[in-house]
Amino acid sequence: MGFISEHSVLVASLIKIAVLLFIVMTALAYLTWFERKVVAHIQSRWGPYYVGAHGLLQPLADGLKFLFKEDFTPPASDKLVYILAPFLALTLSLTAIALIPFGSPELHFLHGQQIFLVSNSNIGLIYLFAITSMGVYGVALAGWSSNSKYPLLGGLRSSAQMISYEVSLTISVVGVLLLAGTLNFNGIIEGQRGYWLGFWPRWHFLPQIVGFLCYLTAAIAETNRIPFDLPEAETELVAGFHTEYSSFKFAMFFMAEYANMITVSCLATILFFGGWLSPFPDSWHWQLYLPGACLLALGVYCAIDAATRMHGLAKLQLGVVTVLSLGIGAICLTPWVAPYVQGPFWFTLKVLVFLFFYVWVRGTLPRFRYDQLMSFGWKFLLPVSLANLVITALVLVFPAFSRHA
Amino acid sequence: MIVPAIVFFACALLAVTGAILLILSREPIHSALSLILVMIALAILYLLLGAEFISAIQIIVYAGAVMVLFVFVIMLLNAGVEERTDFSKLAKFVGLPLGFFLLLVVARWLYTSRAGSVIGHGAEAVTQGFSTRALSAELFQQYLFNFEATSILILIAILGALVLARKNP
Amino acid sequence: MIIPISYYLVLSGVLFGLGVVAFIFKRNVIAVFMSIELMLNAVNLAFVAFARAHSQLDGLVFVFFVIVVAAAEAAVGLAIVIMMAQNRESLNVERVDQLKF
Repeated sequence: MGFISEHSVLVASLIKIAVLLFIVMTALAYLTWFERKVVAHIQSRWGPYYVGAHGLLQPLADGLKFLFKEDFTPPASDKLVYILAPFLALTLSLTAIALIPFGSPELHFLHGQQIFLVSNSNIGLIYLFAITSMGVYGVALAGWSSNSKYPLLGGLRSSAQMISYEVSLTISVVGVLLLAGTLNFNGIIEGQRGYWLGFWPRWHFLPQIVGFLCYLTAAIAETNRIPFDLPEAETELVAGFHTEYSSFKFAMFFMAEYANMITVSCLATILFFGGWLSPFPDSWHWQLYLPGACLLALGVYCAIDAATRMHGLAKLQLGVVTVLSLGIGAICLTPWVAPYVQGPFWFTLKVLVFLFFYVWVRGTLPRFRYDQLMSFGWKFLLPVSLANLVITALVLVFPAFSRHA
Repeated sequence: MIVPAIVFFACALLAVTGAILLILSREPIHSALSLILVMIALAILYLLLGAEFISAIQIIVYAGAVMVLFVFVIMLLNAGVEERTDFSKLAKFVGLPLGFFLLLVVARWLYTSRAGSVIGHGAEAVTQGFSTRALSAELFQQYLFNFEATSILILIAILGALVLARKNP
Repeated sequence: MIIPISYYLVLSGVLFGLGVVAFIFKRNVIAVFMSIELMLNAVNLAFVAFARAHSQLDGLVFVFFVIVVAAAEAAVGLAIVIMMAQNRESLNVERVDQLKF
């Protein structure tokens, strides 16, 4: 007891990091399932269906397959850098998530440690950009160290693309910073509390709609996803920077890409959509039971699905999902747990909307040509986000404008 | 409170190792990587000194932009292993003694000046750190002219790079 | 234990010295540029250490300007390096000797 109370910061941080890592890794695995399912339904297919009920065990099977493949290192590669690159990519993208607050800072455990954020930095946003700005190295070094044509071209393209779009990404966010007046994530979220006209939440996305659209576009480019996935355009570059990678090193790049997706979605949620704030007024007390009710509904749906459509083993697997979601839903309904799941519930819901948007874009749009990508970034996105910044600053400086705004 | 001491010596060791690796490695990419190591170690030292904004800027601009540009150019030119020519005797016979002389001057100054005792002023400030708000107020009020001058410098640098990199001048 | 500022200054001096050595002994233009960046970094460390010692923000402002100048320098310098590689087909500084007599 003495040790824990003396070093409560350390102990709490370690617990939080371990739990967060577990959750994020699971989320990464099921994000691949989510993406394959959604893209499949967009293209009128079923997607993964055979490994587990609704393909729910597919991520596990994929992970095992990656582990047991031969880990091949090309003889002409630069060994040290070749091994360093995937580790760098994954470590940086996972570290960035540690800065994200998932719930209210007023909820505590273990001698006054905040539950839902690992680090409460005064300049959290800038740290996040610092970590994500290092993400280019994973891709660039992988391309260089493979000592092969296509990876090199892919690495060159991606470093050029990521530097170009990082500028627009950062500038599109500055408008929000001007409105919030702080770099602390919780400060930014608290600044969005309240309502316009009594019902419309004061989230930043309405006054910063231009900045939000710029951010969304730049974020897709920054994570190297369709329609900006030039670094790994398979019709031109085989698989881009990770052509020579196999086995678990390839899986690490894969996980890093999905972790980056989660990070930019979390950031969009925090900056433009009020983070863990609920869209409903505090006086609506029934919303306390919304998370539990949603989980119960999911459980009931799974139960019906298992009873009517599944057979054999799939019935059992879906039954486990049913019991889990019903059980967790029931726990969330109890008055002791309910206040704690409010923040994470809304946060996860908003992030899921963004992730769905990402997959939707992937299922809909074709790939850009390289010169189109560059001229779009520098000649359109950057001027627009700069103009948004200047106009926001003018509105804030001249109170005559802001009275009407 | 032994933790700051451990962090300081670990980072100092990392920084010096990185600088030595920069000299020793013959592959330009390895030099670049060791320089990035130095920069990250310095960023952690800035944190230790309470300058968190500068620490983040160090990583964003230096490690995240300037060094990416270096790596990019190395990849673009496909710069191979550095050849160790030795045409210029001037560097060896004048440069090295001058370098040692510089080190001596710095060491002597450190030894004799009050720099060693200077910690006295800041001792109480160590715990709180510099606020980003105060730094920006300083930057946009007292140093506004310098700030504008650097923005013009950046503009000129962009134009210069454009003119230099154009295919047919 | 509070680290005395002089430790930081010594580290800064050592890094600067290593930067000078690298500047003299490296033959690749890009590596020479990197050693300049190393020296600038060493100077930045001294600036931050002095800012802490005197509890004044001016040192940090200087670091800010040094970083801006370094970024500008890298942009122009690397453009020159690309020109040099295209025209001379070598990145060795000692092979750029047309102005020598």
